[in-house]
Amino acid sequence: MTDKPGLLVVEGISKSFVGFKALDGVDFTVRPGEIHALLGENGAGKSTLIKVLTGVHQPDAGVIKIDGQPVVMRDTQHAQYLGIGTVYQEVNLLPNMSVADNLFIGRQPMRFGFVNRKRMEQQARDLLAQYDLHLDVSSDLSRYSVAVQQIVAIARAVDMSGRVLVLDEPTASLDRHETEVLFAILRQLRARGFGIVFITHFLDQVYEICDRVTVLRNGKLAGSALIAELPKIELVTLMLGRTLAVATHKPRHDRPIPAERQFSFKGLGRSRSIAPFDLDIGQGEVIGMAGLLGSGRTETAKILFGIDAADAGHIRIDGNPVLIRTPRDAVACGFGLCPEDRKSDGIIGDLSVRENICLALQAQKGWFNRLSSREQTGLADTFVKALDIRTTDIEKPVKFLSGGNQQKVILARWLATNPRFLILDEPTRGIDVGAHAEIIALINRLCDDGMALLVISSEIEEIVAYSTRVIVLRDRAHRGEISGDDITTSNIMQMIAAESEGAPA
Amino acid sequence: MIRLNTAALTKAMPQLLSLMLILFLNYLAFPGFFEIRLQDGRLFGSLIDVFNRGAPVIILAIGMTAVIASRGVDLSVGAVMAVAGALAATMTVAGYPLPVVILAALGAGLACGLWNGILVAYFDLQPIVATLILMVAGRGIAQLITEGSIVTFTEPGLIFFGTGSFAGVPMPILIAASLLAVAIAVVRRTALGLLIESIGINRSASSYAGLNSKLLLLVIYGFCGLCASLAGIIIAADIRGADANNAGLWLELDAILAVVVGGTSLFGGRFSILMSALGAVIIQAMNTGILLSGFPPEYNLILKALVIIVILLAQSFSSLGGWAFLKGEFRSKGTKRQ
Repeated sequence: MTDKPGLLVVEGISKSFVGFKALDGVDFTVRPGEIHALLGENGAGKSTLIKVLTGVHQPDAGVIKIDGQPVVMRDTQHAQYLGIGTVYQEVNLLPNMSVADNLFIGRQPMRFGFVNRKRMEQQARDLLAQYDLHLDVSSDLSRYSVAVQQIVAIARAVDMSGRVLVLDEPTASLDRHETEVLFAILRQLRARGFGIVFITHFLDQVYEICDRVTVLRNGKLAGSALIAELPKIELVTLMLGRTLAVATHKPRHDRPIPAERQFSFKGLGRSRSIAPFDLDIGQGEVIGMAGLLGSGRTETAKILFGIDAADAGHIRIDGNPVLIRTPRDAVACGFGLCPEDRKSDGIIGDLSVRENICLALQAQKGWFNRLSSREQTGLADTFVKALDIRTTDIEKPVKFLSGGNQQKVILARWLATNPRFLILDEPTRGIDVGAHAEIIALINRLCDDGMALLVISSEIEEIVAYSTRVIVLRDRAHRGEISGDDITTSNIMQMIAAESEGAPA
Repeated sequence: MIRLNTAALTKAMPQLLSLMLILFLNYLAFPGFFEIRLQDGRLFGSLIDVFNRGAPVIILAIGMTAVIASRGVDLSVGAVMAVAGALAATMTVAGYPLPVVILAALGAGLACGLWNGILVAYFDLQPIVATLILMVAGRGIAQLITEGSIVTFTEPGLIFFGTGSFAGVPMPILIAASLLAVAIAVVRRTALGLLIESIGINRSASSYAGLNSKLLLLVIYGFCGLCASLAGIIIAADIRGADANNAGLWLELDAILAVVVGGTSLFGGRFSILMSALGAVIIQAMNTGILLSGFPPEYNLILKALVIIVILLAQSFSSLGGWAFLKGEFRSKGTKRQ
């Protein structure tokens, strides 16, 4: 298989967006009859690479070759014409049109200037029969499950392009059985000589179905290898890298473990999101939460904070049962959450630094109990100083601040409410080195002051630096806990890479 | 405090200049424009007329400002006016006492607003679609109430709301001014102003911060419906009857326009109720001016559109940093060519 010439070859592709290099000299080869996993954490450049391959973006440098011939993709239609079909994560079909319409839209068989429905539906039935899918092609697509819609999208892409198929997280919303059906189709297409690019966050699936893997990190090629020759632990190392210089921080697992764990979550879970888990946390400890993207870390945070409703389970605080169904309930219990997606869930961009800092406290105090201008300014000044938020003016809209300073503003918003339990979801993502170190120092300081913290991070070294206990997640479930001197990078990596005991997803 | 006021004044410049220009043009077209006289204990004159005729749209614009600031829009206010007017007229004819009539009409408006609020906040319908439902259905409800005819009445108590006066000032102006004062005070003295802006800019982040954004949206739409019913009562009282088909017709668009001319973005966020009221006055000053100038009425709408385009362009330029932006554009194009 290694000797086969590349069907689709990408050499030295670079792509920059305003002041930001999304792809930097990436090589990538898809051979006929192989399923090729494309992996990388968020922001690694996967989606940019896909968009370059499918003609959405034009590369700044590098060549794309199909069958050895250099090509320039003008747009998605041209890419399809050249043989590259794509199925996106959010299926790009028209749910309110029939299955047959979806398969043939834009190229319906015509007769006398009208669509020949009868022939179109016959062709649709024949096409889907190749995938062992027998359904009423004249009814609306929305009547069928996401899995069926996914297969229809694949059938359409294969029928139109017929060489290379790009699947962007096709299994993200499928259950185990549906995934099996999809995999059977992928194996069939592989046997027909297709080159398939498979993007996923589920490592088990990579080992189940893929032949080869390419890993991107920070826009660069981190490595490419045959799956059979790459142990899982090495794959995880490739994905996460070892880039951070937190070595300067002394590990804190010598910190005394609190005698009492005031916050107790039992059997919380949500179907298709995160398997039921137990979590106990006491004031004065930091729980680190490690796992790959999509392993259920953010989902855990969302359930704890009442953003997503849990299907089952109960919560006790100081031994008393409480109900948390909305973020308001969580705030009332003394919780705070700095969300992963700072821009869409964190900052209120057009509001000033002062207003952003006061927001959670104001929401807690109620509509008619306004913080006076003097209180607001006092609060903002205090936190700008305490957290060293770099801004010319507390009246500056927060959207004009750098990522690290925005993160500090959101931290300040919660610290102003004097929380007992703070959840930080990727607090150091996308911020500069200086702010990075400051936030880690702050986590340690808050913990020493007796706050309970749950910190989610992709950077293992960072987790090692501040955690008293570490919980490792994999395949949307809590898989294990490490504490004390066992908290080391290699132990956490081992656990992330370990084989799943039960069925995933 | 003084520094803040000058800043606000600078920001309001395009609107203030437009208003002055329009008033000046009105004066040129009709030299008696600024004359005000006292007759039978009530002030009369074209300038008074601008405010008096503009009062319903000012009232609508107050409610609409809150809705638009929350990143919504309420298309149903015109229809809600018709419902409130129809209810007030029909109940008056049926002999109900005035306080009951007023409370029933206001209650109907509040209920309409809450209905919109439920659709938007709890069922996550897009505001434009959610309120479109009542925009269409509201006229039908109003017709059902009046049973298809124009209901007229002669009850002096209700008529007083449209044509009466207190201390020389016509009632519509008094009502609009009081509501304006109350609304501004509430927004300034409570946290509502900040919280409305917050959900308008980023509802998701606001919910994460613990805001009760659903309840707040419900209250906002309820308030907007209440304002609409108040405007509906004034108009019904003014014409001494309820016309289910034409009362408040297209006034939702004038109200939205007033808010936009006042500088609140349709994308939600920062808002000023006072500026929206100013926007409503600008629109009415234009209407009155065109009528006074003796232009054929057909020109009325076209002229209005032109003036509004000019105001909006002026705002857009000043918010983008004006001509400096254009200069920058040309410069960057120049370097690209080289």
